[in-house]
Amino acid sequence: MSRFLGFVKKEFHHIFRDPRTMLILFGMPIAQILIFGYVVSNEITDVKIGVYDKSKDHVTHEITNKITSSGFFILSENLNSDQEIEDVFKKGIIREVIVFESNFAEKLERDGSAGIQIIADASDANTANIVTNYTQSIINNYVKNELLAQGLPYEIVPEVRMLYNDELKGVYMFVPGTMALILMLVSAMMTSISIAREKEMGTMEVLLVSPLKPLPIVIGKVIPYMVLSFINAVVIIALSYFVFEMPIQGNLVFLLLETLLFIFMALSLGILISTASNSQLVAMFISMFALMLPTMLLSGFIFPIENMPKILQWFSTIMPARYFIVIVKNIMIKGSGIGIVWKETLIIAGMTVFFLVMSIKKFKVRLE
Amino acid sequence: MLKHTDNIIEVKNLVKKFGSFVANDNLTFNVKKGEIFGFLGANGAGKTTALRILSGLSYPTSGEVTVAGFDVYKEGEKVKKNIGYMSQKFSLYEDLTVRENIRFYGGIYGLSNKYIKEKTESLLERLKMKDIQNSLIKSLPLGWKQKIAFSVAIFHNPKIVFLDEPTGGVDPITRRDFWEMIYEASDSGITVFVTTHYMDEAEYCDRVSIMDQGRIEGLDTPGELKKQFNAKNMDEVFIKIAR
Repeated sequence: MSRFLGFVKKEFHHIFRDPRTMLILFGMPIAQILIFGYVVSNEITDVKIGVYDKSKDHVTHEITNKITSSGFFILSENLNSDQEIEDVFKKGIIREVIVFESNFAEKLERDGSAGIQIIADASDANTANIVTNYTQSIINNYVKNELLAQGLPYEIVPEVRMLYNDELKGVYMFVPGTMALILMLVSAMMTSISIAREKEMGTMEVLLVSPLKPLPIVIGKVIPYMVLSFINAVVIIALSYFVFEMPIQGNLVFLLLETLLFIFMALSLGILISTASNSQLVAMFISMFALMLPTMLLSGFIFPIENMPKILQWFSTIMPARYFIVIVKNIMIKGSGIGIVWKETLIIAGMTVFFLVMSIKKFKVRLE
Repeated sequence: MLKHTDNIIEVKNLVKKFGSFVANDNLTFNVKKGEIFGFLGANGAGKTTALRILSGLSYPTSGEVTVAGFDVYKEGEKVKKNIGYMSQKFSLYEDLTVRENIRFYGGIYGLSNKYIKEKTESLLERLKMKDIQNSLIKSLPLGWKQKIAFSVAIFHNPKIVFLDEPTGGVDPITRRDFWEMIYEASDSGITVFVTTHYMDEAEYCDRVSIMDQGRIEGLDTPGELKKQFNAKNMDEVFIKIAR
């Protein structure tokens, strides 16, 4: 046991004495979560909108003025037909179109209620969400301050429509996504590099010649990264909860357990990569191109899977991060338990076993 | 020559194949207890392959191999406890200090903390490295690293130490110093199995085997080999064997 502890201690020495490793381990998660967080949740300014006013009366003018004078929006097009709505969105300059129904003021006075349709380009889901929320609150303010204040019991019913991505997938995506990315990076990449380094420096040979068995060697190398990955995950969850006010509806312990499972998966993947690479450079390249890029691009982290070409959608099914993102989202936002995410959990567990078996096989072949 | 009685390494009909390539073709040789055994050959002659088999890093395809009295197939763990190994890369952790490296390698052989501490002190004394015990390995010159690596390889008092081209890339004076250390180890009873392609070093060995294309083409004391091949020095012997 003391042999083993000496091994783990040595591994921590490696980590704490290498500034680059330290930076990746601790600087990056915080930087990433802050960058993604602020990019996603930042305020909007000067969003170009279009208005299709079928009524053109004093109320619709007032509301339009309120919206354009808010500082968030710039009126860029006045539209005259339904057909034009589609056209301006396709051009991509306009993010939102506001449609007032015909005889707006008249209906408001007669029925006490009139409708506004807010259509947003939801291919950028986050912006669309923010933009429509702002618009709605401006309209609500107008109703409250201008109409109700004068004792007029009118209501304006905004109806929000999202074009291109109507379920708004992508909101709150950044926390689960960043978590997946960081854990992949720390667990898989750093482990594979650190094992490859031992091979490159020739120290692995000396270890294998020693009475230490291969399994404790690998476990000893992996434990520090597991501990640090877990700390990272906790930091990310804490940052997203306290700084970005992302809810944690589900069970925190369950969330951490799932995180631990994902860390195991990434570690076994890292071990597998290291059996296939003899130098740090190779390990890094495999990690970068086989792990980081697909994790970022194909897991649904940045681009919604639904919008991908079919072939990439198939490819995304072998991305472990894809399932982890689903699990984290479900637990954090919807408060789901194992009853909902058992399938994803099972897939990640299966992948872990697969990577471990493959690593052991490859390791044996090397000894032949 | 009295101490050279028992064989500490016995190899009989050792064959190692990688696919259809035969790296070790029917090797048979013995290494006697306490001797300095030189294992020579050009690059690719198969000496590293044989060394890896003897030190338990790889299994033979066929043949009988016993090291320190243990069968490498069945008693690999016991073999490992009784050997030391130093690779051509010196294999120290660059980002650990001298003391930490010694501590670590002592630890993986299961030596007690007290023993490691005492032995480290006397070792640092002997190497005259007390002042630099807390320096990182990467800050030291190659020759020093080499000495530390060798000391670490025999730290647990193995019966045999395998040295895989231990003097690669160091200057002649450092090489000379290093051989002094090898003699010291040999005097203390450790059998030294060393691969090299410096022929002047072959002269320092008690016995030498010369490999070519997977086979042992000559095995004797340097003096006998020179006689046998009618050569002035080991260089010539080597060239005559490798043609």
